[in-house]
Amino acid sequence: MIPERLVNLAILAGLAGVALWALAVDTPFTITLATRAAILALAAVGLNIALGIGGLVSLGHAVFFGLGGYAMGILAYHAQTYTTLDLGPLSVTGSKSMPLIWLVAVVASALAALLIGLLSLRTSGVYFIMITLAFGQMFYYFAISWGTYGGEDGLSIYVRNGFPGLNTLDPIQFFGLCFALLCLALLVYARLRAAPFGLALNAARQVPARVETVGLSPLRLKLVAFVISGAITGLAGALFADLNRFVSPTMFSWQLSGELIVLIVIGGVGRLMGPVIGACLFVLLEHWLGALTAFWHIWLGVILLGIVLFARGGIVGLLTGKAGPHV
Amino acid sequence: MSELILATHNLSKSFGALKATDDVSINLRAGEIHALIGPNGAGKSTLIAQISGGLRPDAGRVMLMGRDVTQYGTATRARAGLGRTFQISALAMEDSVLENVLLGALGAEGRPWRFWSRATADAEMRARAMTALERVGLADDHDKRTAELSHGQRRQLEVAVALTLSPRAFLMDEPMAGLGAGGSKRLTGFLDGLREEAPILLVEHDMDAVFALADRISVLASGRVIATGTVAEIRADRAVRTAYLGEDA
Ligand SMILES: Nc1ncnc2c1ncn2[C@@H]1O[C@H](COP(=O)(O)OP(=O)(O)OP(=O)(O)O)[C@@H](O)[C@H]1O
Ligand SMILES: [Mg+2]
Repeated sequence: MIPERLVNLAILAGLAGVALWALAVDTPFTITLATRAAILALAAVGLNIALGIGGLVSLGHAVFFGLGGYAMGILAYHAQTYTTLDLGPLSVTGSKSMPLIWLVAVVASALAALLIGLLSLRTSGVYFIMITLAFGQMFYYFAISWGTYGGEDGLSIYVRNGFPGLNTLDPIQFFGLCFALLCLALLVYARLRAAPFGLALNAARQVPARVETVGLSPLRLKLVAFVISGAITGLAGALFADLNRFVSPTMFSWQLSGELIVLIVIGGVGRLMGPVIGACLFVLLEHWLGALTAFWHIWLGVILLGIVLFARGGIVGLLTGKAGPHV
Repeated sequence: MSELILATHNLSKSFGALKATDDVSINLRAGEIHALIGPNGAGKSTLIAQISGGLRPDAGRVMLMGRDVTQYGTATRARAGLGRTFQISALAMEDSVLENVLLGALGAEGRPWRFWSRATADAEMRARAMTALERVGLADDHDKRTAELSHGQRRQLEVAVALTLSPRAFLMDEPMAGLGAGGSKRLTGFLDGLREEAPILLVEHDMDAVFALADRISVLASGRVIATGTVAEIRADRAVRTAYLGEDA
């Protein structure tokens, strides 16, 4: 079987290779697909910290994805309409600068994750899933009813936001930016997983009672993981909105939360590259099968079923010959 | 008499109509092994859980080195100096043997909030973890996945994790269970020396081990302490014979 390092490198090289090849043969739409895969992968790498290491089946990660999206949408909307955003006594202007938008997206998602985590992490199993789902629905319906920013119709941003030194309107440059952030998130995941925090969190998933008897709090470990996880998914949301130059309440939908889980499971739960290969496959299926049939999700379901029944380690597990999840 | 390390005062706990712990007052002094015996379902594990913090008593107090810890959770009590082993091994099966003891080491140092450095590369923590493995004879297996360990080795690892905490008192729930004659004998020898470091409240069904190790024995039946005494006293006790020892006699 193939060593995991090689599989990991091949997956990343493959994604970057597709984008570069598309550049060479001048098919910008393929670059957009690769960018979409990189952004979904980034969102799922975030979720994989909570789900893969911490064992937290969050069916509400779309909250963070959506918050990131709306952070971009709201800031860019005020910038493009030259209006100010009034936050009580504070009145701020919008922004078209990606770094600033990302910062807002990350901070907002982290705060939301802290709040949701505090309220949901005392429960586990189905109750945890239901509470996170409920939060997702709350945000979804709130966004629908929020007329200022387009309500159900969403919000269009006419020009993609800028990044110092880059022309983000050029598809390959924007891809490069998203890809670099994905690599950074993967580095964070890998370091954190091997660090004392990852060790303790991983144990808290497997044997919380043991973690307590060595004097640590599984709850706090999971809360911190949830916050980091939400922040990364929020960053992905801001990029996703910038890719489409559009935000709408569907970014908060529970289907999106579910899809993030599905693509992690297909790729490999708790595996560094699981979310990446899962996201690539997801985008491929969505594009190819989606062109043939409106019911392409059925085939996604078939793959998911096959993985869950026969290859718990996902695609990465299959390639590396390690059958189980996590290891 | 030597220093009082751990004590329960009139602990009681019911599950519905069942009195699993009934007015139990026992203590543990520095340097001793205090064995807790009793038939299945007597309430031994329930008592251990109340002392370690996993279960809240309905009434009574738990004192650790003169401090009332009844309101504290498990983690706080562990940090205050309680090290326990589980009747059914509670180990991170997916992780390596070393990672399981490292968890103890990083709990002991109270420093899990490090996100960037490798846990296995921390020399101090690693030394603490490896020392614990060496002491129970698992050092050579430190790279193995815990799921690959034999039952007996898992019992040894349970003890090793508790050792990394350098606790002020050990709570051990049937550490010998399923060890086999050779394993029991080795662990008996090890616990014999361990009492010098910290006293042990030892729940055990293996009577050879109990009689070899215990400075004092308390007998639990239906949640109540029916006798406390030295090995000789307990062996001679009629009530104990009928309630418990009589089973095998
Ligand atoms: N969470 C619980 N809910 C209800 N009953 C319980 C619970 N935990 C334990 N019991 C009951 O309390 C009694 C004492 O159980 P406990 O596990 O403490 O016994 P034990 O002395 O450790 O037995 P063993 O030697 O088999 O380990 C048993 O009758 C058990 O069924
Ligand atoms: Mg028991």
